[in-house]
Order: sequence, then structure tokens, then C-alpha cells
Amino acid sequence: MDVLVSALEILMRWDVILALLVGSVGGVVIGAIPGVGPAVAIAILLPATFSMDPIVGLTTLLGIYGSSMYGGAIPAILINTPGTAVNALTTYDGFPMTTRGEARRALSLAYSASFFGGVFSVICLILFAPTLAKIAPLFGSREIFLAALLGLILVIVVHRGQTLIAAALVCFGIFLNTVGLEPVKYTKRYTFDQSFLSGGIDLIVVVLGLFALSQAFYLLNGDDEKIRLTKLRGGMLQGLRELAKHPRIAAVSGSFGVTMGMIPGVGEFTAQFLSYSYAQRSSKRPEDFGRGSSEGLIASETANNAVPAAAMVPLLALGIPGEALTAMMLSVFYVHNVVPGPQLFANQMDFVVALYIALLILNVLVLVFLIFATNSIINVVKIPNRFLGAIILTLSFVGVYSLRNSMTDCIIAALFGVIGFALKRLSLPVVPIILGMVLGGIMEVKLRAGMARVKEPIDFIDRPIAFILFMMIVGVLILHVRRVLAERREIKAEKFAHKHVSTNFGFYLNNRQTRIMHTRSKSVRRSHLRYSRRDK
Amino acid sequence: MRGDSVEERRFKGPIRGQLIFALLFLALSILLISQLGDQTKWIKKTKFAAQPRLWPMIALTGMVFFTGLHLWRLPRRRILQVDLQEAKRWLQVVEYCVWFIAYVWVVPDLGYLISTLIFLPALAYRAGYKNKKMMTYAACIGFSIVVIFKSFLEVKIPGGAIYELFPNAMRSFFILNF
Repeated sequence: MDVLVSALEILMRWDVILALLVGSVGGVVIGAIPGVGPAVAIAILLPATFSMDPIVGLTTLLGIYGSSMYGGAIPAILINTPGTAVNALTTYDGFPMTTRGEARRALSLAYSASFFGGVFSVICLILFAPTLAKIAPLFGSREIFLAALLGLILVIVVHRGQTLIAAALVCFGIFLNTVGLEPVKYTKRYTFDQSFLSGGIDLIVVVLGLFALSQAFYLLNGDDEKIRLTKLRGGMLQGLRELAKHPRIAAVSGSFGVTMGMIPGVGEFTAQFLSYSYAQRSSKRPEDFGRGSSEGLIASETANNAVPAAAMVPLLALGIPGEALTAMMLSVFYVHNVVPGPQLFANQMDFVVALYIALLILNVLVLVFLIFATNSIINVVKIPNRFLGAIILTLSFVGVYSLRNSMTDCIIAALFGVIGFALKRLSLPVVPIILGMVLGGIMEVKLRAGMARVKEPIDFIDRPIAFILFMMIVGVLILHVRRVLAERREIKAEKFAHKHVSTNFGFYLNNRQTRIMHTRSKSVRRSHLRYSRRDK
Repeated sequence: MRGDSVEERRFKGPIRGQLIFALLFLALSILLISQLGDQTKWIKKTKFAAQPRLWPMIALTGMVFFTGLHLWRLPRRRILQVDLQEAKRWLQVVEYCVWFIAYVWVVPDLGYLISTLIFLPALAYRAGYKNKKMMTYAACIGFSIVVIFKSFLEVKIPGGAIYELFPNAMRSFFILNF
């Protein structure tokens, strides 16, 4: 109870309330504009939050993170274009509802499901916080190293079909983090005797390049789309009533969101996939999924909104960000010399609870805002792409230049912008680079500290949590290898099936043609010979 | 361009440009790993886990190994016209990099407000929005960006050298707010 009171005291400040309002409203608007997304917005705003108190800065960023998915559902439902990447599944059932003339119903249902997911995850985590506070101090250097390693491996294996290049990009991120003056022996690493590289490559510069600048380049290089909006009819509260008819799907999807959000490197996509599959399997009308099913919409929106609160758990309890957005938030902690990890969870529980209550309030604010302002917000989807690209490019300047007023930072960011643009064009992921940078740094420090007290390599996993984490790593790798082998078998079978038909037919035709040609030429030669003999 | 082979059909994402990207990434990785001895140090009487060379070595070995495997598993190993067109597309954005760098270049001289009021409408014009309405929008948005970030959020952007030419009272106001 004392923790709750002191958490409320932290929040009862005008600047925190203002940050909550700005974050929630801003997040909805940003989410509603296809092509911006929370990663771009957080990357741009990050340096601006450095001058604020940690709670104010984090509330603003959390506000954007938590509310952008609400906004992202708007274009996903109305124009079949997800506002943020995680709203892609919403288009499956949201847009068909719009084409049936039920846009208002779909939006209302998406808001209600998102609200339920957000509130459900915060309540789960507030209830779970005392247990976490007991577990967190059991994590020493070895455990944090293994948890970070598990996070990196999960980031790689979740990119199905792209695991090899994702692994290469993770390694690239780890390499980027090693550039500069090494802090223990004070030796230079990959500076090529250039003074600007001695301080290393700043994470925020890379983040801004890969997310904001690359997105600006992508939009400026693309074409504008013609957008036709549907008129909205009906009440906005009907979604809550409809959600109440599917409590099982909402609860299971919320649980998937919370669980997947807490595992570093997994996040919204897996949570959505599992929830959607569960909802479809357990539905009385599975054939409606993908054709405007309310259950499908509930599953996807509940799962993705349950993730942000849960994603803060590894960050706050262990200091390990599980995805790009929490990796950016980690830098807010570092700037203020607040070290997230077991100590924060054990000693500053009120700060942690304050963040969760802020998320809870944020969900209420966003829902109220959307009920009244949806008609106005939907107009932001009309902003032309290339114009939006020009705005993002202008905004990116603030993010990069305000860090250190350095021209070099801007050039490095532009370079990463081009790399990010190429990755985007090839549909390759950029998140592994960011997580490689952040988790690579953590792993280097923790391995050094952990190995200092270890005599034999096997001693590294002699503590229960370290052993469990090690077994989880081994388990994930075994499952991945099994999946790769199964896929290879499938490819082989598919190849064989195709080869069997085409090769035999082609082979037959080819043989037939050769035989005909051979027989024909033989008969021609024979007749020529006959005629030539006659002539003689 | 998607071919008919099973690998090409099952490949995640577009195939065009993948080969060039993988080759460039592998070349970069090999170039960097070849400099490992020069650019990092192995210190005697220091534990393996504390060696400065350890993590660059792990990272670069991983880059070479995984990119090599990725290259080997690519469904197509021949550079076609579409790959070159894709690479050209990557180079096209260098123009916007130049725009961005030019913007960064002029801010310390012209000041944040004036630079933004020139840059955003000019970039919008370049992007094809040549009517008066869009130009006005661009200027208004540029002004709002400056006011929000410099005046309200007080981000660290130095005042422009041009403000030195302003009268005293105006000068400090502009340096602080714009």
C-alpha cells in the first residue's frame, strides 16, 4: 500500500500529467499516420526527453509506445494499410468489416480490445510485481549475460526464413557497439585513428538513421497513394458490449501478449500470431477469419496492446531491452544515471509501480480521446507520403543534431539511413542491429564480470537461474534446428513433386523428339543415298 | 522478379537486390575482419573474457559466417538486370542525404528557424508539391517544428550566426527561441 501511495505521489505533478496527455494524444495521431510509427517518433523525441526528469521523459515515450497501436488500427481498418507494423493483422478482419459498411463497429471493437489488452497487462504486472521484486535480485552478472544471450537468439530465430541474415545483422550490431575506446584496458578498437570514432558510434544516431531517416528516404522515394475514406456511422461504445461477449478470447489473447512481451526478443508479432491462431481454432465460425470476424479483430488487437507494459519487465527488472523501442528507452535511464536492473526493481519499486499506473491512466485517456476524436483523427491518413517524408527528414535533424551538435553524427545517421532504406526495400529486419548494439554491450560487461569469479567454464551455470536460462537457450536452439530440418524436408518433398511431373514429361518429349529426328534423318539419308545411286 | 524454383517461391521478401546486398555485406565483413590484428589488441596476462579483441572477433566472425551462409542459401546466384536496378534505387536516396547534410550545414549560420523555413518548403517542392497550398502548409509545419522543439522543449540547437546582425533585444530573443 505504501508503494502505491508513493507511486501516486510521483505521478501527481503537472509535468507528468502533461507528459501523459501529450504522449497519449501524440501517440494516437502518430500511430494513425501510415509510415511514421512509434519507433520513428520515439527516435526523434529521444534527445528532447534527456533534459526532462526520468519519469517525465519515460512517461512521454511510454505514452507514444502504448497509444500508437490504438491509432494504428484506424488506417488498418479504414484503408487496409496498417498504421504501425503490429497492426498488420488488424487489416485481415478490420478492412472486410469496413467494406461491409461496418467501419464504426470495427473501430469501436478495436479500441475496446486494445483497451482491454492494455489494462489487463498492467493489472497482471502490478499483481506480479512483488514476485518479480523477489526474483530480480537473484540475477547476477552470469544470469543477465545468459538472459541477454537468450534475447539475441530469440531475435534471430523469430525471423523465420531470414534467420541467417538476422544473425549477421545482430553480429553487425555487436560490432558497432565495440567501435571506440574500450573502457577497461583503454585500447582503441576499429577507430582507424579517426578522432570522431574514439567515442564510439552512438546508439541514438544509429537508431535515428535506421528508423527515422530511412523511413523519410523510403517515403520520398515512393509514390503517393489515392485514399478514399468511408463515412463512420453508429456509436463508439458498441465495441465494449461486443467484447464482453468474447471474454475467453480477450483473456487468452491478453495472456499471450503479457507472456510474449516479457520474453526478450519475441514481442507483438508472436503474441498476435498465437492469439489469432487460438481464436480461429476455438471459434464456432473459423471460416469467417480473414473475412471480417469480430473474434479475429479482438484477438489481434488485445494481444498487441498487452505487450508494451510487459515489455518493460525485462528492461526494468534486468536492464535488458527486448525490442527496439525499449532499447531506445534504456538510453533515457542511462542519461540520468539510473541503472535499470535488479537493484531498481528491489529498491525503487514505487518508480516501477508509478510507470505501470501511468500506463493504466494512459489507456483510459486514449480510449476517451478516441471515442470523441476519431472523426477528426482519420483525416491524418490523407497526408501524402512524400510530403510526410519531407516532414520526417526535417524532424530527424532535431533528433540527431541536438545530441551533440555534431556534423559527423549527422553524416553517420545519413549513412545508416541509406542502409536502413536498402534493408527496408529488401524486407530485411533492422531491429537485430539495434538489439545487437544494446545487448552486445551488456553481454561484454556481464561476461567479464561473471567470468572473474568462475574457475571452470561449467561453474558459469552452477546457479539455478543460470542453469534454467542455459537450458532455455539449448531448448530454443534444438527447436530451431528441428524446424529448419523440417522445412528442408518440405522443400525437398515439394521439389521432388514438381520435378517428378515436369522432368518426366520434358524427358519424354525430348526423347521423343530426338527419336523422331534420328529416325527421320536416317530415312532422309537413306532416300538421298538411293537417289544418288540412281543418278550414277 | 520471382522465378519458378521452390526456393525462390518460398523466399521471404523480394529477391531483387538480395544478392548485391549480401555480396556488399560480405565484402565489408571480410574487409573488417582482415583489420582485426591492426585495429584491436590482445593483451598479455589478461583473462580471455576481458580481452579487448574478443567481442570484435566474435562479431566479425559471426558477420562473415552468417552472411556467407546466407549467400550460399540464396535462391539465385547470378546478378540480373533487376538487381542492378534495385541497387540504383538505393543510390537514388543519396540525393536526399545531400539535402539533409546541406540543411545541417546551414543551420549554424542561418539559424534553425530560417533554415527550416527554407528547407521544408524547398524539399516539398522537390518532392513534387508545387502548389501554393502545399508550400504554405510546409512553411507552417516548419515553423511549428521550430517552436515546439526549440522554444518549448528547449533542445540544444545553437543560435544562428545571422542573429548577431539583429538589434540587441531581438538577438537574444531569437538565439533563445529560434
